[in-house]
Amino acid sequence: MSKTSRTSITVPAQAKKGSIIEIRAIAQHDMESGFRYTESGKLIPRDIIRVFTCTYNNVEVFKADFYAGIGANPLIIFTTLAVESGELEFKWVGDDGYEAVNRARITVS
Amino acid sequence: MRMKFNIPFTIKRRQWLRRIQDLGFIAVGVWFSPGTVLAKPEDAHAAIKAITGGAAIKEGRVKLIIPPLVENGNLVVLKVSVESPMTVNNYVKAIHIVAEGNPVPNIFTAYLTSRSGKASLTTRVRLADSQLVWAIAQMNDGSFWQGSAETLVTLSACTEMV
Repeated sequence: MSKTSRTSITVPAQAKKGSIIEIRAIAQHDMESGFRYTESGKLIPRDIIRVFTCTYNNVEVFKADFYAGIGANPLIIFTTLAVESGELEFKWVGDDGYEAVNRARITVS
Repeated sequence: MRMKFNIPFTIKRRQWLRRIQDLGFIAVGVWFSPGTVLAKPEDAHAAIKAITGGAAIKEGRVKLIIPPLVENGNLVVLKVSVESPMTVNNYVKAIHIVAEGNPVPNIFTAYLTSRSGKASLTTRVRLADSQLVWAIAQMNDGSFWQGSAETLVTLSACTEMV
């Protein structure tokens, strides 16, 4: 797996203050479990995304630790309260120096 | 003379045959038992203990949804939700997913805050075998609640070659 890859976030662009918004985050990643062997019998080393964090105007609102049990191209759907207009930052950190960052703007009325 | 030799021989033979039969039953039992695959429920219990630190876990409040029959264990949609008002004083701090039959029992841990709005998550997981999956919710007051779901996996994850 390369040091970064395509990641995508779906966040509503506008929301009412105090409403619950749903966020869908997906990353293109093999999530190599470290339990598979090649045909020649060599163990393939683990290569997964370990941590996903979501910050809302620099306040952490959601974090997830991933293990080898998360499927390839990890998808996570979670919620947060729309409190103010601003920027959401999503960060994926994984094995072998993997790092990907997404940003999304939200207007709260 | 012949009779004397024959009788113990037949008994021995019969016993031996019975032993072979018993061995056969054991072999069949071992083949079908989950112990031969990667499943180690003790590991899962150890993982749960590491999460709770030995605290008691109460049944309920946590709803875990996975399909009861899974064709391919490589990608299983898992939904988990916890009954909680999600206010500043009463919210779910973390949700842990533990599977008893996976080589690594921990699947994921999600950390929520009072700003999460509701304690509901969806993700896709790998399941190595037909097994029981637990969802353990850690509340902000330190209490633990759990829910579980059982699933039948016909094609296991993580055993295939590349």
